[in-house]
Amino acid sequence: MIKGKAHKYGDDINTDLIIPARYLNLTDPRALAKHCMEDLDTNFINKISMGDILVAGRNFGCGSSREHAPLAIKESGIACVIASSFARIFFRNAINIGLPIVESAKASARIREGDAVEVDLKKGLIKNITRKENYHIVPFPPFLQELIQAGGLVEWARNK
Amino acid sequence: MTLTEKILARHAGKKKVSSGEFVECNVDIALGNDITAPLAVEKFRKIGSEQVFDREKVVFVCDHFTPSKDIRSASNCLFLREFARTQNLRYFYDGGKAGIEHVLLPEEGLILPAELAIGADSHTCTYGALGAFATGVGSTDLAYTMATGKCWFRVPSTVRFLYQGKLKKWVTGKDLILYTISRIGVDGASYKTMEFSGPIIESLSMAERFTMCNMAIEAGAKNGIIEPDQLTYQWIEARAKHPYEPLTGDGDVEEVIEYDCSQVDLQVSVPPLPSHARAVEELKDVTLDQVVIGSCTNGRLDDLRLAAKILSGKKVHPSVRLLILPATPHIVYEAVKEGLIEIFLSAGAVVTPPSCGPCLGGHLGVLAKGERALATTNRNFVGRMGHPESEVYLSGVPVAAASAIAGRIIHPDEVT
Repeated sequence: MIKGKAHKYGDDINTDLIIPARYLNLTDPRALAKHCMEDLDTNFINKISMGDILVAGRNFGCGSSREHAPLAIKESGIACVIASSFARIFFRNAINIGLPIVESAKASARIREGDAVEVDLKKGLIKNITRKENYHIVPFPPFLQELIQAGGLVEWARNK
Repeated sequence: MTLTEKILARHAGKKKVSSGEFVECNVDIALGNDITAPLAVEKFRKIGSEQVFDREKVVFVCDHFTPSKDIRSASNCLFLREFARTQNLRYFYDGGKAGIEHVLLPEEGLILPAELAIGADSHTCTYGALGAFATGVGSTDLAYTMATGKCWFRVPSTVRFLYQGKLKKWVTGKDLILYTISRIGVDGASYKTMEFSGPIIESLSMAERFTMCNMAIEAGAKNGIIEPDQLTYQWIEARAKHPYEPLTGDGDVEEVIEYDCSQVDLQVSVPPLPSHARAVEELKDVTLDQVVIGSCTNGRLDDLRLAAKILSGKKVHPSVRLLILPATPHIVYEAVKEGLIEIFLSAGAVVTPPSCGPCLGGHLGVLAKGERALATTNRNFVGRMGHPESEVYLSGVPVAAASAIAGRIIHPDEVT
Protein backbone atom coordinates (compact mmCIF):
# COMPACT_ATOMS: atom_id res chain seq x y z
CA MET A 1 0.00 0.00 0.00
CA ILE A 2 1.23 3.47 -0.95
CA LYS A 3 0.37 6.26 1.49
CA GLY A 4 1.72 9.78 1.56
CA LYS A 5 1.29 13.48 1.07
CA ALA A 6 0.30 14.81 -2.35
CA HIS A 7 2.53 17.27 -4.19
CA LYS A 8 0.62 18.83 -7.02
CA TYR A 9 1.85 20.17 -10.36
CA GLY A 10 0.17 21.14 -13.65
CA ASP A 11 -0.11 19.96 -17.25
CA ASP A 12 2.73 19.16 -19.66
CA ILE A 13 5.42 18.70 -17.00
CA ASN A 14 8.28 17.84 -19.35
CA THR A 15 11.44 15.86 -18.76
CA ASP A 16 13.59 19.03 -18.91
CA LEU A 17 11.70 20.21 -15.83
CA ILE A 18 11.91 16.81 -14.12
CA ILE A 19 15.66 16.61 -14.63
CA PRO A 20 17.41 19.41 -16.57
CA ALA A 21 19.82 18.32 -19.31
CA ARG A 22 22.77 19.90 -17.51
CA TYR A 23 22.68 16.94 -15.10
CA LEU A 24 22.49 14.21 -17.73
CA ASN A 25 26.17 13.43 -17.42
CA LEU A 26 25.19 11.86 -14.07
CA THR A 27 24.06 8.24 -13.97
CA ASP A 28 23.76 7.68 -10.19
CA PRO A 29 20.05 7.97 -9.24
CA ARG A 30 20.94 9.55 -5.87
CA ALA A 31 22.88 12.33 -7.60
CA LEU A 32 20.04 12.84 -10.09
CA ALA A 33 17.38 12.98 -7.34
CA LYS A 34 19.09 16.02 -5.76
CA HIS A 35 18.11 18.03 -8.86
CA CYS A 36 14.67 16.53 -9.43
CA MET A 37 12.13 19.18 -10.56
CA GLU A 38 14.52 21.98 -9.57
CA ASP A 39 13.73 24.30 -12.51
CA LEU A 40 10.04 24.12 -11.59
CA ASP A 41 10.31 24.07 -7.81
CA THR A 42 13.70 24.66 -6.20
CA ASN A 43 12.40 23.32 -2.89
CA PHE A 44 11.07 20.03 -4.32
CA ILE A 45 13.66 17.64 -2.97
CA ASN A 46 13.51 19.18 0.53
CA LYS A 47 9.77 18.85 0.91
CA ILE A 48 9.45 15.23 -0.22
CA SER A 49 9.16 12.57 2.48
CA MET A 50 9.64 8.93 1.63
CA GLY A 51 6.37 7.55 0.25
CA ASP A 52 4.89 10.85 -0.93
CA ILE A 53 2.80 11.06 -4.07
CA LEU A 54 3.28 13.32 -7.08
CA VAL A 55 0.03 14.46 -8.71
CA ALA A 56 0.01 16.09 -12.13
CA GLY A 57 -2.30 16.94 -14.99
CA ARG A 58 -2.14 15.97 -18.64
CA ASN A 59 0.83 14.69 -20.61
CA PHE A 60 3.17 14.17 -17.64
CA GLY A 61 6.75 13.46 -18.72
CA CYS A 62 6.53 14.80 -22.26
CA GLY A 63 9.69 15.59 -24.19
CA SER A 64 12.95 13.71 -24.05
CA SER A 65 13.40 9.94 -23.67
CA ARG A 66 15.78 10.38 -20.73
CA GLU A 67 15.22 7.60 -18.23
CA HIS A 68 17.01 9.86 -15.77
CA ALA A 69 13.57 11.49 -15.26
CA PRO A 70 11.68 8.56 -13.68
CA LEU A 71 14.92 7.47 -11.96
CA ALA A 72 15.23 10.89 -10.30
CA ILE A 73 11.57 10.86 -9.21
CA LYS A 74 11.82 7.34 -7.81
CA GLU A 75 15.02 8.09 -5.91
CA SER A 76 13.60 11.38 -4.54
CA GLY A 77 11.25 9.33 -2.35
CA ILE A 78 8.11 9.67 -4.48
CA ALA A 79 6.27 6.34 -4.26
CA CYS A 80 3.74 6.92 -7.04
CA VAL A 81 2.86 9.42 -9.77
CA ILE A 82 -0.82 10.10 -10.44
CA ALA A 83 -1.64 11.98 -13.65
CA SER A 84 -4.61 12.37 -15.93
CA SER A 85 -2.33 11.20 -18.77
CA PHE A 86 1.33 10.34 -19.38
CA ALA A 87 3.54 10.98 -22.40
CA ARG A 88 4.36 7.64 -23.98
CA ILE A 89 8.14 7.38 -23.52
CA PHE A 90 7.91 8.42 -19.86
CA PHE A 91 5.09 5.91 -19.41
CA ARG A 92 7.26 3.08 -20.79
CA ASN A 93 10.29 4.18 -18.81
CA ALA A 94 8.39 4.36 -15.52
CA ILE A 95 7.01 0.85 -15.97
CA ASN A 96 10.39 -0.44 -17.12
CA ILE A 97 12.20 0.84 -14.02
CA GLY A 98 9.43 -0.05 -11.57
CA LEU A 99 8.15 3.44 -10.67
CA PRO A 100 4.42 3.07 -9.92
CA ILE A 101 2.29 5.35 -12.11
CA VAL A 102 -1.49 5.54 -12.31
CA GLU A 103 -3.86 7.32 -14.63
CA SER A 104 -6.92 8.98 -13.16
CA ALA A 105 -8.36 12.21 -14.51
CA LYS A 106 -10.63 12.56 -11.48
CA ALA A 107 -7.84 12.08 -8.94
CA SER A 108 -5.69 14.51 -10.89
CA ALA A 109 -8.45 17.13 -10.79
CA ARG A 110 -9.66 16.61 -7.19
CA ILE A 111 -6.50 16.03 -5.16
CA ARG A 112 -5.03 19.20 -3.68
CA GLU A 113 -1.54 20.06 -2.57
CA GLY A 114 -0.86 18.49 0.82
CA ASP A 115 -3.81 16.03 0.81
CA ALA A 116 -3.15 12.68 2.46
CA VAL A 117 -3.57 10.07 -0.26
CA GLU A 118 -3.56 6.29 -0.33
CA VAL A 119 -3.05 4.29 -3.53
CA ASP A 120 -4.07 0.64 -3.66
CA LEU A 121 -2.67 -0.69 -6.91
CA LYS A 122 -4.17 -4.16 -6.41
CA LYS A 123 -7.70 -2.87 -5.90
CA GLY A 124 -7.27 -0.11 -8.48
CA LEU A 125 -8.34 2.55 -6.00
CA ILE A 126 -7.06 5.93 -4.86
CA LYS A 127 -8.29 7.16 -1.45
CA ASN A 128 -8.13 10.84 -0.62
CA ILE A 129 -8.08 10.65 3.17
CA THR A 130 -8.16 14.43 3.65
CA ARG A 131 -11.19 14.98 1.44
CA LYS A 132 -12.82 11.59 2.11
CA GLU A 133 -13.10 10.70 -1.58
CA ASN A 134 -12.31 7.64 -3.67
CA TYR A 135 -11.16 7.63 -7.27
CA HIS A 136 -10.89 4.66 -9.59
CA ILE A 137 -7.69 3.89 -11.47
CA VAL A 138 -7.86 3.00 -15.17
CA PRO A 139 -6.49 -0.58 -15.15
CA PHE A 140 -3.47 -1.32 -17.35
CA PRO A 141 -3.63 -4.00 -20.07
CA PRO A 142 -2.57 -7.50 -18.89
CA PHE A 143 0.86 -7.38 -20.54
CA LEU A 144 1.78 -4.18 -18.72
CA GLN A 145 0.50 -5.60 -15.44
CA GLU A 146 2.84 -8.54 -15.98
CA LEU A 147 5.79 -6.13 -16.39
CA ILE A 148 4.75 -4.14 -13.33
CA GLN A 149 4.35 -7.27 -11.19
CA ALA A 150 7.82 -8.46 -12.22
CA GLY A 151 9.21 -5.14 -10.97
CA GLY A 152 10.22 -3.80 -14.37
CA LEU A 153 11.54 -4.89 -17.74
CA VAL A 154 14.97 -6.06 -16.52
CA GLU A 155 13.39 -8.36 -13.93
CA TRP A 156 10.77 -9.54 -16.43
CA ALA A 157 13.53 -10.37 -18.95
CA ARG A 158 15.57 -12.20 -16.30
CA ASN A 159 12.55 -14.33 -15.30
CA LYS A 160 11.80 -15.21 -18.88
CA MET B 1 -3.26 -1.95 -43.03
CA THR B 2 -1.54 1.43 -42.80
CA LEU B 3 2.17 1.64 -43.56
CA THR B 4 2.98 1.65 -39.84
CA GLU B 5 0.79 -1.41 -39.21
CA LYS B 6 2.39 -3.26 -42.13
CA ILE B 7 5.89 -2.58 -40.85
CA LEU B 8 4.98 -3.69 -37.33
CA ALA B 9 3.22 -6.83 -38.67
CA ARG B 10 6.23 -7.79 -40.77
CA HIS B 11 8.61 -7.33 -37.85
CA ALA B 12 6.31 -9.27 -35.51
CA GLY B 13 6.10 -12.15 -37.99
CA LYS B 14 2.34 -11.68 -38.30
CA LYS B 15 0.03 -11.37 -41.30
CA LYS B 16 -2.05 -8.70 -39.65
CA VAL B 17 -1.97 -6.38 -36.66
CA SER B 18 -4.55 -3.85 -35.51
CA SER B 19 -4.32 -0.76 -33.38
CA GLY B 20 -4.31 -1.39 -29.65
CA GLU B 21 -2.75 -4.85 -29.99
CA PHE B 22 0.53 -5.61 -28.15
CA VAL B 23 3.26 -7.07 -30.36
CA GLU B 24 6.89 -7.99 -29.95
CA CYS B 25 8.91 -6.93 -32.98
CA ASN B 26 12.35 -7.67 -34.36
CA VAL B 27 14.42 -4.50 -34.40
CA ASP B 28 16.64 -3.52 -37.36
CA ILE B 29 18.51 -0.69 -35.65
CA ALA B 30 18.88 0.05 -31.92
CA LEU B 31 20.45 3.43 -31.19
CA GLY B 32 21.98 4.92 -28.08
CA ASN B 33 23.98 8.08 -27.37
CA ASP B 34 26.46 9.31 -24.76
CA ILE B 35 23.61 10.25 -22.39
CA THR B 36 21.31 7.26 -22.72
CA ALA B 37 23.63 4.40 -23.69
CA PRO B 38 25.69 4.30 -20.44
CA LEU B 39 22.46 3.55 -18.50
CA ALA B 40 21.48 1.02 -21.18
CA VAL B 41 24.80 -0.82 -20.86
CA GLU B 42 24.32 -1.05 -17.07
CA LYS B 43 20.82 -2.49 -17.59
CA PHE B 44 22.07 -4.82 -20.34
CA ARG B 45 24.48 -6.32 -17.82
CA LYS B 46 21.74 -6.56 -15.16
CA ILE B 47 19.64 -8.59 -17.60
CA GLY B 48 22.59 -10.98 -17.58
CA SER B 49 23.62 -10.55 -21.21
CA GLU B 50 27.19 -10.74 -22.36
CA GLN B 51 26.90 -10.21 -26.10
CA VAL B 52 24.67 -7.83 -28.07
CA PHE B 53 22.20 -9.60 -30.36
CA ASP B 54 23.86 -8.28 -33.53
CA ARG B 55 27.02 -6.19 -33.66
CA GLU B 56 25.82 -4.49 -36.87
CA LYS B 57 22.44 -3.45 -35.48
CA VAL B 58 23.41 -1.78 -32.22
CA VAL B 59 24.59 1.74 -33.04
CA PHE B 60 26.12 4.18 -30.55
CA VAL B 61 26.74 7.84 -31.32
CA CYS B 62 28.62 10.16 -28.96
CA ASP B 63 26.86 13.39 -29.92
CA HIS B 64 25.16 15.05 -26.94
CA PHE B 65 27.90 16.36 -24.67
CA THR B 66 30.64 16.04 -27.26
CA PRO B 67 33.36 17.08 -27.89
CA SER B 68 33.29 16.13 -24.21
CA LYS B 69 32.31 19.16 -22.14
CA ASP B 70 33.61 17.95 -18.79
CA ILE B 71 35.21 15.02 -17.01
CA ARG B 72 31.95 13.19 -16.30
CA SER B 73 30.88 13.42 -19.95
CA ALA B 74 34.30 12.27 -21.08
CA SER B 75 34.07 9.29 -18.71
CA ASN B 76 30.68 8.33 -20.17
CA CYS B 77 32.17 8.38 -23.69
CA LEU B 78 35.17 6.35 -22.53
CA PHE B 79 32.81 3.79 -20.99
CA LEU B 80 30.93 3.49 -24.31
CA ARG B 81 34.13 3.34 -26.34
CA GLU B 82 35.32 0.37 -24.28
CA PHE B 83 31.95 -1.37 -24.54
CA ALA B 84 31.89 -0.82 -28.32
CA ARG B 85 35.39 -2.21 -28.62
CA THR B 86 34.76 -5.35 -26.55
CA GLN B 87 31.43 -5.96 -28.35
CA ASN B 88 33.10 -5.20 -31.69
CA LEU B 89 30.22 -2.88 -32.66
CA ARG B 90 30.45 -2.08 -36.35
CA TYR B 91 28.79 1.34 -36.06
CA PHE B 92 30.27 3.32 -33.22
CA TYR B 93 30.50 7.03 -33.97
CA ASP B 94 32.92 9.14 -32.01
CA GLY B 95 35.30 12.06 -32.60
CA GLY B 96 35.48 13.14 -36.25
CA LYS B 97 33.02 10.46 -37.29
CA ALA B 98 30.29 11.57 -34.93
CA GLY B 99 27.43 13.77 -36.00
CA ILE B 100 23.96 14.43 -34.63
CA GLU B 101 22.51 10.93 -34.59
CA HIS B 102 19.21 11.58 -36.37
CA VAL B 103 20.92 13.21 -39.32
CA LEU B 104 23.87 10.84 -39.24
CA LEU B 105 22.06 7.48 -39.36
CA PRO B 106 20.03 8.22 -42.53
CA GLU B 107 23.11 9.85 -44.12
CA GLU B 108 25.08 6.68 -43.38
CA GLY B 109 22.33 4.57 -44.97
CA LEU B 110 21.78 2.57 -41.77
CA ILE B 111 18.00 2.93 -41.72
CA LEU B 112 15.91 2.27 -44.82
CA PRO B 113 12.24 2.13 -45.92
CA ALA B 114 9.97 -0.33 -44.08
CA GLU B 115 12.65 -1.03 -41.46
CA LEU B 116 12.14 -0.72 -37.71
CA ALA B 117 14.36 1.43 -35.52
CA ILE B 118 14.24 2.16 -31.82
CA GLY B 119 16.47 4.76 -30.26
CA ALA B 120 17.09 5.89 -26.72
CA ASP B 121 16.41 9.43 -27.85
CA SER B 122 12.98 10.93 -28.38
CA HIS B 123 13.78 12.34 -31.84
CA THR B 124 14.38 8.86 -33.27
CA CYS B 125 11.01 9.42 -34.98
CA THR B 126 12.96 11.44 -37.61
CA TYR B 127 13.60 8.32 -39.73
CA GLY B 128 9.90 8.05 -40.53
CA ALA B 129 10.69 10.40 -43.42
CA LEU B 130 12.20 7.36 -45.14
CA GLY B 131 9.03 5.33 -44.68
CA ALA B 132 10.52 3.46 -41.73
CA PHE B 133 8.90 2.86 -38.32
CA ALA B 134 11.11 4.66 -35.84
CA THR B 135 10.38 5.61 -32.26
CA GLY B 136 12.07 6.86 -29.13
CA VAL B 137 12.39 4.65 -26.04
CA GLY B 138 14.31 4.78 -22.77
CA SER B 139 17.58 3.15 -21.77
CA THR B 140 15.97 0.02 -20.30
CA ASP B 141 14.06 -0.65 -23.53
CA LEU B 142 17.32 -0.17 -25.44
CA ALA B 143 19.05 -2.61 -23.09
CA TYR B 144 16.35 -5.22 -23.69
CA THR B 145 16.72 -4.81 -27.46
CA MET B 146 20.52 -4.98 -27.22
CA ALA B 147 20.12 -8.30 -25.41
CA THR B 148 17.31 -9.85 -27.45
CA GLY B 149 16.92 -7.95 -30.73
CA LYS B 150 13.29 -7.34 -29.82
CA CYS B 151 11.04 -4.62 -28.45
CA TRP B 152 7.36 -4.55 -27.45
CA PHE B 153 4.87 -2.09 -28.89
CA ARG B 154 1.20 -1.28 -28.63
CA VAL B 155 0.17 -0.88 -32.28
CA PRO B 156 -0.75 2.80 -32.71
CA SER B 157 -3.72 4.16 -34.64
CA THR B 158 -2.83 6.51 -37.49
CA VAL B 159 -3.87 10.11 -38.02
CA ARG B 160 -3.26 11.25 -41.59
CA PHE B 161 -2.33 14.90 -42.07
CA LEU B 162 -3.10 16.02 -45.58
CA TYR B 163 -1.34 19.17 -46.78
CA GLN B 164 -3.00 20.90 -49.75
CA GLY B 165 -2.70 24.24 -51.48
CA LYS B 166 0.43 26.23 -52.19
CA LEU B 167 3.26 27.23 -49.87
CA LYS B 168 3.83 30.92 -49.27
CA LYS B 169 7.27 32.34 -49.94
CA TRP B 170 9.92 31.22 -47.38
CA VAL B 171 7.55 28.69 -45.77
CA THR B 172 9.25 25.32 -45.18
CA GLY B 173 8.41 21.95 -43.65
CA LYS B 174 9.38 23.43 -40.26
CA ASP B 175 6.53 25.95 -40.47
CA LEU B 176 4.12 23.17 -41.43
CA ILE B 177 5.04 21.03 -38.44
CA LEU B 178 4.97 23.97 -35.98
CA TYR B 179 1.58 24.95 -37.41
CA THR B 180 0.32 21.36 -37.11
CA ILE B 181 1.45 21.06 -33.48
CA SER B 182 -0.17 24.39 -32.70
CA ARG B 183 -3.47 23.08 -34.06
CA ILE B 184 -3.49 19.72 -32.26
CA GLY B 185 -1.46 20.51 -29.11
CA VAL B 186 1.59 18.94 -27.46
CA ASP B 187 -0.39 15.79 -26.68
CA GLY B 188 -2.61 15.99 -29.76
CA ALA B 189 -1.20 12.81 -31.27
CA SER B 190 -0.32 10.95 -28.05
CA TYR B 191 0.47 7.27 -28.63
CA LYS B 192 -0.51 7.66 -32.30
CA THR B 193 1.14 7.67 -35.70
CA MET B 194 1.28 10.99 -37.51
CA GLU B 195 1.28 10.24 -41.22
CA PHE B 196 2.20 13.23 -43.36
CA SER B 197 0.84 13.20 -46.90
CA GLY B 198 -0.63 15.20 -49.76
CA PRO B 199 0.74 17.21 -52.68
CA ILE B 200 2.70 19.60 -50.46
CA ILE B 201 4.55 16.76 -48.74
CA GLU B 202 5.40 15.29 -52.15
CA SER B 203 6.91 18.65 -53.12
CA LEU B 204 9.12 18.90 -50.01
CA SER B 205 12.84 18.11 -50.04
CA MET B 206 14.06 15.13 -48.00
CA ALA B 207 15.54 17.61 -45.51
CA GLU B 208 12.11 19.14 -44.90
CA ARG B 209 10.47 15.73 -44.62
CA PHE B 210 13.02 14.75 -41.95
CA THR B 211 12.27 18.02 -40.13
CA MET B 212 8.55 17.24 -40.03
CA CYS B 213 8.94 13.66 -38.81
CA ASN B 214 11.56 14.83 -36.29
CA MET B 215 8.96 16.90 -34.45
CA ALA B 216 6.16 14.28 -34.38
CA ILE B 217 7.22 13.62 -30.76
CA GLU B 218 6.40 17.25 -29.91
CA ALA B 219 2.74 16.35 -30.45
CA GLY B 220 3.22 13.22 -28.32
CA ALA B 221 3.21 10.86 -31.32
CA LYS B 222 4.75 7.40 -31.26
CA ASN B 223 6.07 7.92 -34.76
CA GLY B 224 5.84 10.19 -37.79
CA ILE B 225 5.86 8.62 -41.20
CA ILE B 226 5.83 9.55 -44.89
CA GLU B 227 5.21 7.06 -47.70
CA PRO B 228 8.41 6.75 -49.74
CA ASP B 229 8.29 8.13 -53.28
CA GLN B 230 10.74 8.53 -56.14
CA LEU B 231 12.63 11.25 -54.26
CA THR B 232 13.04 8.96 -51.23
CA TYR B 233 14.41 6.11 -53.32
CA GLN B 234 16.79 8.44 -55.18
CA TRP B 235 18.03 9.82 -51.87
CA ILE B 236 18.62 6.35 -50.49
CA GLU B 237 20.27 4.87 -53.55
CA ALA B 238 23.69 6.35 -52.96
CA ARG B 239 23.59 5.66 -49.23
CA ALA B 240 21.97 2.27 -48.47
CA LYS B 241 24.31 -0.03 -46.55
CA HIS B 242 22.14 -3.13 -47.07
CA PRO B 243 19.22 -4.38 -49.23
CA TYR B 244 15.66 -3.55 -48.16
CA GLU B 245 12.08 -4.40 -49.10
CA PRO B 246 9.71 -1.40 -49.19
CA LEU B 247 6.04 -1.51 -48.17
CA THR B 248 3.04 0.62 -49.11
CA GLY B 249 0.14 1.36 -46.80
CA ASP B 250 -3.42 0.85 -47.98
CA GLY B 251 -5.58 0.62 -44.88
CA ASP B 252 -7.99 2.97 -43.18
CA VAL B 253 -6.70 5.59 -40.83
CA GLU B 254 -8.42 6.71 -37.63
CA GLU B 255 -8.75 10.31 -38.72
CA VAL B 256 -7.80 12.59 -41.62
CA ILE B 257 -6.90 16.20 -40.87
CA GLU B 258 -6.54 18.50 -43.85
CA TYR B 259 -4.70 21.81 -43.98
CA ASP B 260 -4.76 24.44 -46.72
CA CYS B 261 -1.10 25.51 -46.79
CA SER B 262 -1.97 28.70 -48.68
CA GLN B 263 -3.16 29.94 -45.26
CA VAL B 264 0.03 28.97 -43.37
CA ASP B 265 2.34 31.88 -42.56
CA LEU B 266 5.91 31.65 -41.32
CA GLN B 267 5.61 30.27 -37.80
CA VAL B 268 7.35 31.12 -34.53
CA SER B 269 6.63 29.14 -31.35
CA VAL B 270 6.79 31.21 -28.20
CA PRO B 271 7.92 29.75 -24.86
CA PRO B 272 7.38 27.40 -23.17
CA LEU B 273 5.76 24.92 -25.60
CA PRO B 274 6.28 24.09 -29.30
CA SER B 275 2.47 24.26 -29.68
CA HIS B 276 2.46 28.01 -28.98
CA ALA B 277 3.10 28.85 -32.64
CA ARG B 278 2.06 32.16 -34.13
CA ALA B 279 2.55 33.96 -37.43
CA VAL B 280 5.89 35.79 -37.46
CA GLU B 281 4.13 39.13 -38.00
CA GLU B 282 2.60 38.87 -34.52
CA LEU B 283 6.04 38.70 -32.88
CA LYS B 284 7.90 41.52 -34.53
CA ASP B 285 10.10 43.48 -32.19
CA VAL B 286 10.92 40.57 -29.90
CA THR B 287 14.63 41.29 -29.37
CA LEU B 288 17.19 38.49 -29.32
CA ASP B 289 20.50 37.66 -27.62
CA GLN B 290 21.21 34.46 -29.52
CA VAL B 291 20.12 32.70 -32.70
CA VAL B 292 20.81 29.01 -33.28
CA ILE B 293 20.56 27.51 -36.77
CA GLY B 294 21.05 23.76 -36.92
CA SER B 295 20.34 20.60 -34.84
CA CYS B 296 18.65 17.29 -35.71
CA THR B 297 15.65 19.36 -36.77
CA ASN B 298 17.29 21.87 -39.13
CA GLY B 299 21.03 21.19 -39.42
CA ARG B 300 21.07 19.59 -42.86
CA LEU B 301 22.91 20.91 -45.90
CA ASP B 302 19.71 22.34 -47.42
CA ASP B 303 19.12 24.26 -44.18
CA LEU B 304 22.63 25.73 -44.27
CA ARG B 305 22.20 26.69 -47.94
CA LEU B 306 19.01 28.53 -47.09
CA ALA B 307 20.67 30.32 -44.16
CA ALA B 308 23.65 31.28 -46.36
CA LYS B 309 21.33 32.69 -49.01
CA ILE B 310 19.93 35.14 -46.47
CA LEU B 311 23.19 35.86 -44.63
CA SER B 312 25.36 36.32 -47.72
CA GLY B 313 26.95 39.78 -47.69
CA LYS B 314 25.14 40.68 -44.45
CA LYS B 315 26.31 41.07 -40.86
CA VAL B 316 24.89 39.53 -37.72
CA HIS B 317 23.41 42.24 -35.46
CA PRO B 318 26.00 43.42 -32.93
CA SER B 319 23.90 42.40 -29.93
CA VAL B 320 23.24 38.87 -31.25
CA ARG B 321 25.38 35.75 -31.14
CA LEU B 322 24.58 33.56 -34.15
CA LEU B 323 25.47 29.90 -33.75
CA ILE B 324 25.55 27.73 -36.86
CA LEU B 325 25.26 24.10 -35.86
CA PRO B 326 25.81 21.72 -38.80
CA ALA B 327 24.60 18.22 -38.00
CA THR B 328 27.34 15.95 -39.32
CA PRO B 329 31.01 16.04 -40.37
CA HIS B 330 29.92 15.33 -43.95
CA ILE B 331 27.65 18.40 -43.89
CA VAL B 332 30.50 20.54 -42.52
CA TYR B 333 32.75 19.26 -45.30
CA GLU B 334 30.21 20.04 -48.02
CA ALA B 335 29.43 23.43 -46.46
CA VAL B 336 33.13 24.32 -46.58
CA LYS B 337 33.39 23.19 -50.22
CA GLU B 338 30.32 25.20 -51.22
CA GLY B 339 31.60 28.33 -49.48
CA LEU B 340 28.74 28.39 -46.97
CA ILE B 341 31.04 28.43 -43.95
CA GLU B 342 32.87 31.43 -45.44
CA ILE B 343 29.53 33.27 -45.70
CA PHE B 344 28.70 32.46 -42.07
CA LEU B 345 32.10 33.51 -40.76
CA SER B 346 32.04 36.71 -42.83
CA ALA B 347 28.65 37.52 -41.35
CA GLY B 348 30.11 37.14 -37.87
CA ALA B 349 28.57 33.79 -36.92
CA VAL B 350 30.10 31.13 -34.68
CA VAL B 351 30.27 27.75 -36.41
CA THR B 352 30.14 24.91 -33.88
CA PRO B 353 31.20 21.30 -34.31
CA PRO B 354 28.34 18.82 -34.89
CA SER B 355 26.80 18.33 -31.43
CA CYS B 356 23.41 18.25 -29.72
CA GLY B 357 24.90 20.54 -27.02
CA PRO B 358 23.25 23.91 -27.73
CA CYS B 359 19.73 22.55 -28.31
CA LEU B 360 19.37 21.11 -24.82
CA GLY B 361 21.45 23.61 -22.89
CA GLY B 362 24.19 21.04 -22.58
CA HIS B 363 27.14 23.06 -23.76
CA LEU B 364 28.21 25.37 -26.63
CA GLY B 365 25.88 28.34 -26.30
CA VAL B 366 24.14 27.99 -22.93
CA LEU B 367 21.86 30.95 -22.09
CA ALA B 368 22.24 33.17 -19.01
CA LYS B 369 19.37 34.37 -16.82
CA GLY B 370 17.06 36.68 -18.73
CA GLU B 371 18.53 35.92 -22.17
CA ARG B 372 16.37 35.13 -25.18
CA ALA B 373 17.14 32.88 -28.14
CA LEU B 374 15.48 32.10 -31.44
CA ALA B 375 16.36 28.58 -32.57
CA THR B 376 15.58 26.21 -35.41
CA THR B 377 15.64 23.39 -32.86
CA ASN B 378 12.63 21.45 -31.57
CA ARG B 379 11.88 22.41 -27.95
CA ASN B 380 11.32 25.69 -26.13
CA PHE B 381 10.59 24.31 -22.66
CA VAL B 382 11.54 26.27 -19.53
CA GLY B 383 15.33 26.20 -19.16
CA ARG B 384 15.79 24.20 -22.35
CA MET B 385 18.89 26.12 -23.43
CA GLY B 386 20.21 27.11 -20.03
CA HIS B 387 18.98 29.23 -17.12
CA PRO B 388 15.35 28.54 -16.14
CA GLU B 389 14.67 32.24 -16.63
CA SER B 390 16.02 32.29 -20.19
CA GLU B 391 13.67 31.94 -23.15
CA VAL B 392 13.66 29.98 -26.41
CA TYR B 393 11.54 30.79 -29.46
CA LEU B 394 11.37 28.26 -32.32
CA SER B 395 11.25 28.92 -36.05
CA GLY B 396 12.40 27.69 -39.44
CA VAL B 397 15.71 28.67 -40.99
CA PRO B 398 14.60 31.76 -43.00
CA VAL B 399 13.12 33.57 -39.98
CA ALA B 400 16.12 32.62 -37.81
CA ALA B 401 18.71 33.83 -40.33
CA ALA B 402 16.87 37.08 -41.02
CA SER B 403 16.30 37.72 -37.31
CA ALA B 404 20.02 37.24 -36.58
CA ILE B 405 20.71 40.16 -38.94
CA ALA B 406 17.96 42.36 -37.47
CA GLY B 407 18.57 41.54 -33.80
CA ARG B 408 14.85 40.91 -33.39
CA ILE B 409 12.27 38.52 -34.79
CA ILE B 410 11.41 39.59 -38.35
CA HIS B 411 10.04 38.32 -41.65
CA PRO B 412 12.86 37.40 -44.07
CA ASP B 413 11.45 39.80 -46.68
CA GLU B 414 12.63 42.66 -44.47
CA VAL B 415 16.31 41.87 -45.06
CA THR B 416 16.32 40.29 -48.51
